[in-house]
Amino acid sequence: MGMSKLHTFSHGIHPDEYKEFTEHLPVERMPFSDEYVLPLGQHIGAPSKAIVKKGDKVLRGQKIAESTGFVSVALHAPVDGTVTAVDLVENTSGQMVPGIRIKTDAYSTQQFSQPLPPDPTTLSMKEFLASVQESGLVGLGGAAFPAHVKFAIPEGKTCRYIILNGCECEPFLTSDHRTMVEQPDAIVDGIGILQHFIKAEKIFIGIEANKPDAIEILGRKIADSTLPVEVIPLKVKYPQGAEKMLITAVLNKEVPSGKLPLDVESLVSNIGTIAAISHWFRKGMPLIERIVTVTGTALNRPANLLVPIGTPIREVLDYCGGLKPGASRILLGGPMMGQVQKTIHTPVVKGTSGLLALTDKEVKPMEEYSCIRCGKCIDACPMHLNPSLLGLLAKNDLWDEMEENYVFDCFECGSCSFVCPSGIPLVQSFRVAKGLLREKKAKEKAG
Amino acid sequence: MKHKEKIITVSTSPFLHSTDSTPRIMWEVVLSLIPMVLAAYYFFGLGALSVLIASLAGCLVTEYAFSISQPRWTSLKDGSAVITGLLLALCLPPGFPLWMAFLGGVVAIGVGKLIWGGLGQNVFNPALLGRAFLQASFPTAITTWSAPNGQHFSFRGTNLAMPFFQGENIDAVSTATPLAQMKFEHTSTPIIDLLLGSTGGSLGETSALLFLLAGIYLIWRKIINWRIPLSILLTVAVFSGMFFLINPEQYPSPLFMIFSGGLLLGTIYMATDLVTSPVTPKGLWIYGLGIGFFVVLIRIWGGLPEGVMYAILLMNAATPLINRFTKIKPYGYK
Repeated sequence: MGMSKLHTFSHGIHPDEYKEFTEHLPVERMPFSDEYVLPLGQHIGAPSKAIVKKGDKVLRGQKIAESTGFVSVALHAPVDGTVTAVDLVENTSGQMVPGIRIKTDAYSTQQFSQPLPPDPTTLSMKEFLASVQESGLVGLGGAAFPAHVKFAIPEGKTCRYIILNGCECEPFLTSDHRTMVEQPDAIVDGIGILQHFIKAEKIFIGIEANKPDAIEILGRKIADSTLPVEVIPLKVKYPQGAEKMLITAVLNKEVPSGKLPLDVESLVSNIGTIAAISHWFRKGMPLIERIVTVTGTALNRPANLLVPIGTPIREVLDYCGGLKPGASRILLGGPMMGQVQKTIHTPVVKGTSGLLALTDKEVKPMEEYSCIRCGKCIDACPMHLNPSLLGLLAKNDLWDEMEENYVFDCFECGSCSFVCPSGIPLVQSFRVAKGLLREKKAKEKAG
Repeated sequence: MKHKEKIITVSTSPFLHSTDSTPRIMWEVVLSLIPMVLAAYYFFGLGALSVLIASLAGCLVTEYAFSISQPRWTSLKDGSAVITGLLLALCLPPGFPLWMAFLGGVVAIGVGKLIWGGLGQNVFNPALLGRAFLQASFPTAITTWSAPNGQHFSFRGTNLAMPFFQGENIDAVSTATPLAQMKFEHTSTPIIDLLLGSTGGSLGETSALLFLLAGIYLIWRKIINWRIPLSILLTVAVFSGMFFLINPEQYPSPLFMIFSGGLLLGTIYMATDLVTSPVTPKGLWIYGLGIGFFVVLIRIWGGLPEGVMYAILLMNAATPLINRFTKIKPYGYK
């Protein structure tokens, strides 16, 4: 493309991409399954509260649970059907949590017919945020942070830059890629709606250079609009899609430790989330389905699927031809930060960007050797921490020393464990340390 | 309960790993040393090969016998003891008594590595520590150099000395190393001889060219950090170059300094030991600068003709301190 020098952040890794399985496959709609499982806490923040009970008939897109505070969103029925239980259901972390089960109405056409929300241009900022909250929208990149909370600019802060995240730096995943290629109009429309309220000086779309078709299409679409948007091609590197890394790549600024993007006057949002804003305001479609990359070397038919939220993953795997022999891990999300599943009865939730079936050939289970202080983890850590030192401290249960060495700045991207030639579970031990330290702090506070 | 066939594994992310592994790195270093082993045989014959085997045996036996890790042979599998054995032998004279070489291997692994807690925990390069022990214990044997004699199948009388004896140096012609000739007789050896290796010295103090090529290979494979060799060689060149410019009659040329003795062996294989060198780029420069400085200092003013071993050991000792003072600021603290 004759690009001079691509923007990026310092450090990071470049794992094999494995995107060739699905990057050229158009999104197909997954048929409705018999049952849907909807945990009430699919987002960061307070879980929603069920407003239906066992036996209730629900319609596709109908609200079935309401938000319970500002950092909380609504939840909607993904199908026409009957509530079979408001009880404990399995979530993607393997816990039993409150949730709703819906049995699909076998005779329904599943025609979507919900009323449109008000035209956004007639809304105040407050009404806009309330409307987004009502749509159940969360960040679709994986963290599932309520979108309206991110869009609310607190008193005294300014937002000069909106940065849209089209990096999709996790190997295997192509759902954002397909969204950009197939829904560029919805993205541009979503940008327009958001910009109407935020009024940023400049809007950047960061896309890694391994998606030239997305860069080209979005570049062409924004050239036709009057919005102050620019597509920024980025060097292919993990974890560029992490909020802080993307800000550094695009703006060449660092977000101070413990601060938010708004502290450097920016707002970062996943590209799929932006498209979903348009679907809500133009079609009245709340967040009841999302694009999921279903892939992995252990899957018979990799695909990009439009999956109703709540579909049990067994149904999705089935639809994709089932597993090949040798499957050793089933994951939700990408292979670097995703969650392993211990059963196939857990559902696709709002934050599910991918469903992966991997074999040990990619996972490469490692025999653990001593740290040889090669420094590869130090060169990989995007937060410029010293994982080798932290790993040594973790091994000796020196939790407080880990905190002094900035373990809380680690956002668990896993680059250190990926590169470690001695197969030391570095990030895994940091996760444990952070949990223990948080627990200790909570105890100290209480007692 | 008896487990059924394992189907899926439950663990936490990340679920991918690079193709790098510690044994792979170590064995690749071993591979890169094969030309030097062949060169040692070519120049010094079977005697040299037997010194090598004795040193290796000392290292491997100790590693196996005293490793606490279970199962024991995993610690042999990582290849690090093989590297130590090879490197130790490469800095011994070809006529060195085999029992001393074996003992050197035992000390290198036992005192140089295992006593610290095994691979990755030691402060000093194990091979150099073994060498320092031998230098202190057997100062005569370790400085009795024989000239390359072109006899590939003969042992030297001293090789087969009985334990606790040094043996008589009867059949080999004793010679001085180029550095000793420089220091004590002020005669220089032609650079081309240093490059190709037809000079007296230890097993690995022969062909500078082989070490240069190995260094380039290891840097290209990203097994050693380029900053270490570059900073050492630059410092030696600049520092010794200053003396050479002041008095070319008395002081050796920078090229002679770089290509003679064990500088290249030490620079490429010992100073770059991952375990005992600093971790940050800035730290590596300081470390290399220190080694280069001490090498020239010892070679010019010290009582010994060669200073690479002590220069590296000194900077090994300084490494924890360098690491402490060159901590990188994390992201978001600038």
